[in-house]
Amino acid sequence: MTTKELPVLTANDFASDQDIRWCPGCGDYSILAQMKKMMPSLGIPRENIVFISGIGCSSRFPYYMNTYGIHGIHGRAPAIATGLKIARPDLQVWVITGDGDALSIGGNHFVHAIRRNPDLKIVMFNNRIYGLTKGQYSPTSPVGKVTKSSPMGAIDSPLNPLSVAIGCEATFVARAIDVNIKHLTEVLKRAGEHKGTAFVEVYQNCNVFNDGAFDYATSRETKTETIIELEHGKPLIFGKNRDKGIRLIGTHPEIVSLGNGIKEDDLLFHDERAAEPTLAYLLSRMRYPDFPEPIGVLRAVERPRYEVEVTRQITEARGKRGEGDLNKMFNSGESWTVT
Amino acid sequence: MASTVSDSNKTEKNVIVLEGATVRLAGDSGDGMQLAGTQLTSTSALLGNDVATFPDFPAEIRAPRGTLAGVSGYQVHFSSQDIFTPGDRLNALVAMNPAALKTNIQDLEVGGILIVDNDSFDAKSYKLAGYESNPLDNTVLESYKLFRVPMTMLTRESVKGLGLSQKEADRCRNFLAMGLLYWLYGRNLDATLRYIESKFGGKPDVAEANRRALNAGWNYGETTDAFVSSYRVEAARLKPGKYTNIVGNQALAWGLIAAARLSGKELFLGSYPITPASDILHELSKYKNFGVKTFQAEDEIAAICSSIGASYGGAMAITTSSGPGIALKGEAMGLAMMLELPLLIINVQRGGPSTGLPTKTEQADLLQALYGRNGESPLPIVAARSPGDCFDVALEAWRISTRFMVPVIILSDGYIANGAEPWLIPDANALPKIEIKHPGPQSLNGEPFRPYQRDEKLARPWAIPGTEGLMHRVGGLEKQDITGNVSYDADNHEHMVGVRAQKVANIATEIAPLEVNGPASGDLLVVSWGGTYGACTTAVERCQERGLSVAHVHLRWLNPFPANLEQILRSYKQVLVPELNLGQLRMVLRAKFLVNAIGLNKVKGKPFVIAEIVKKINEMLESSK
Repeated sequence: MTTKELPVLTANDFASDQDIRWCPGCGDYSILAQMKKMMPSLGIPRENIVFISGIGCSSRFPYYMNTYGIHGIHGRAPAIATGLKIARPDLQVWVITGDGDALSIGGNHFVHAIRRNPDLKIVMFNNRIYGLTKGQYSPTSPVGKVTKSSPMGAIDSPLNPLSVAIGCEATFVARAIDVNIKHLTEVLKRAGEHKGTAFVEVYQNCNVFNDGAFDYATSRETKTETIIELEHGKPLIFGKNRDKGIRLIGTHPEIVSLGNGIKEDDLLFHDERAAEPTLAYLLSRMRYPDFPEPIGVLRAVERPRYEVEVTRQITEARGKRGEGDLNKMFNSGESWTVT
Repeated sequence: MASTVSDSNKTEKNVIVLEGATVRLAGDSGDGMQLAGTQLTSTSALLGNDVATFPDFPAEIRAPRGTLAGVSGYQVHFSSQDIFTPGDRLNALVAMNPAALKTNIQDLEVGGILIVDNDSFDAKSYKLAGYESNPLDNTVLESYKLFRVPMTMLTRESVKGLGLSQKEADRCRNFLAMGLLYWLYGRNLDATLRYIESKFGGKPDVAEANRRALNAGWNYGETTDAFVSSYRVEAARLKPGKYTNIVGNQALAWGLIAAARLSGKELFLGSYPITPASDILHELSKYKNFGVKTFQAEDEIAAICSSIGASYGGAMAITTSSGPGIALKGEAMGLAMMLELPLLIINVQRGGPSTGLPTKTEQADLLQALYGRNGESPLPIVAARSPGDCFDVALEAWRISTRFMVPVIILSDGYIANGAEPWLIPDANALPKIEIKHPGPQSLNGEPFRPYQRDEKLARPWAIPGTEGLMHRVGGLEKQDITGNVSYDADNHEHMVGVRAQKVANIATEIAPLEVNGPASGDLLVVSWGGTYGACTTAVERCQERGLSVAHVHLRWLNPFPANLEQILRSYKQVLVPELNLGQLRMVLRAKFLVNAIGLNKVKGKPFVIAEIVKKINEMLESSK
């Protein structure tokens, strides 16, 4: 590790010399901008950061960051990143992926990366559509979604990315929205600081093939009613006048109005550090239009990191058997001498 | 201790000296035949014999007992001569039950020794094996020297008093069979006694039972009148030095560890379990004190992708698999090729296509290795020729992979992977270092680093994360030469396709020229690759002894071909290419050199026997007269 004083970096220091080729108006621009803005705050030299992606619009991301990077193949970024992190625990490794990349073709790697908990930061741009292949329904498209490949409406049930991640015992799970830039920056920073696999779902508008998919969550008129911002240790309150909340009846959440005998203390209090993922899972199930959708950190806990365990076993083996010696290995079996 | 064998296992009976012997133990998959075979192998090797082995077992862990499908065999050829194959015909066969007899008897030479467990030939068992009546009473077996040994009874008797259940007692039958074979061929019991101690030391009853069974087998040979003579095979005149017995997958794993050490790298293996490659994963997993990192991935694709990530990070990255897994890795192999990163992709071939014959050998993945990816994506291919050769192949593949910044495919096969042979133990300090360069930190004054600026061999720099000033992005999209930026330019694409192909072709300048075994020109040339080396070498030598004008050349590199291959091919009237496929190398040779190569092809999940190749050579020479 470097001990010299780090130069003070700015967002511009993280910009590569490549022209950005996303469609004008794409939500990806905002995510890239917030990432570049956030990066200096982590205090990590650029050469120690690697961005790894799969295939899709979002996966062009690494080309635009002045760090190390791999634009991989479809769905496999978590696997590439896991190998890199095991080989080089000293690097900070980010995975940039999309809803199709992470949950469809790459579902297996997504699931297994999360359960192993290597120190990866997985940012999934969810636009609920296949953009790069020009508009087919994705594993997060709602039932009934009319696209080029579903002219009569999609008939497969969508996956809920946060629920999947929590089901795999993810140690960090969060959601942010592309245009909610201050909040997005904070969530990315939290992911960057987490020890273990961090999963961030970012609602991202594809203004060409799925424009307005998240209008309910972003428009000035509705967002206070459709989004609820989570804060650790705070009650779940939302609404234009912050007069509504979420209360638990048994294991079911319900929307209540504050007042008329219902106090803040009656509401569900967010605990991102709960050892059991039950609460986080329950929050991930709150979907528009029945509930406001939670943004922010749903879960942030710690458990052993994969690459740390790999290193620990190597240290242990060396302690027990000494540093490997080729001649000793070659001569470890029964032998005989020919003269 | 109950060992009662007389001093150093000396026999009182008549002893006949043989040049060598081929012996097969066959029984149910639960009978411990693989263990018995490996013990006979290491015991023979320790005696100084040259050995070659052929384990042959079903894909099922425990097929129904006594069925033909459940038969597991282990063939050992030990000799006082330098040998290259596990032997064509069996001199002796041990059949533990009727099913083992039925599936193996055809390989026993006429007049050969047939030892059976007489106790296991009851009506139920021989009917299960498909015999109408007891085959041991059939005159068909009269052409063999049949020994009906009551193995089950002898085993049970020998372990009496140890309090073992009948099932536990019967599990010692393989040691009884071993003991008898050891007597028959003058093998010393010591190595196996040491093995029993180390393996079963924690279970004194089991250890003692196995010891007693082993000794009982030896004593039975010595005392019963049925065996009138025993045999001796003297030590082979191998190159002087210290030897150990090595199995192919183990040699490959050791070669990989050595290559990592010699290049100053940490070894990373991304792998998913698959027969017959898993033992490389197992072996490497043992050596964490070498800094070896093994990652059992969620699937074949993750296995290679994790290796690509590790390689980008500067590790010595490897992925191991067999044909079906390699098929899954195809896209990622293309990515590694585009990224121009060093990586070893190991295919321990098995019978295909699809799931095929998981535990049987074949060399039908050559065309897959050459062409099994989208686009123009040539990769260097090197093939091991024997168990011990796997070690050298690993070193050479890593040297080429890092020198040229290209993934290298290593082809092994089930026969090599599970086979064993004596291995001259190298001195690690005398092994040549593998030099690897990484560009150091640079301040480029605002100029971006050029990741695809090539050297004289067309290799690009291996710049690794953590190096100041060299931040760069790589990916599977076509890239501009020198800068590595994404480029859709037509001329650039054609240029880059050409450069990547030329880089692989350049490897021909770094590999040893072929050496011909036999006359520099003549009537017939045998061209082989991979695991058929031993059978081809021996077949050609036998023909040469008969004065025939036959030569042999063995290809270690399948891509690129060594520079002198064409000239060699053109120096003989006929070219024969024996392969365990339908003619894959033959097709490539014909396409590339317009040579009239003739094939000898076999896809039975078994290696060639020498006689098959000799016969083909004879036919070709006859027909050209």
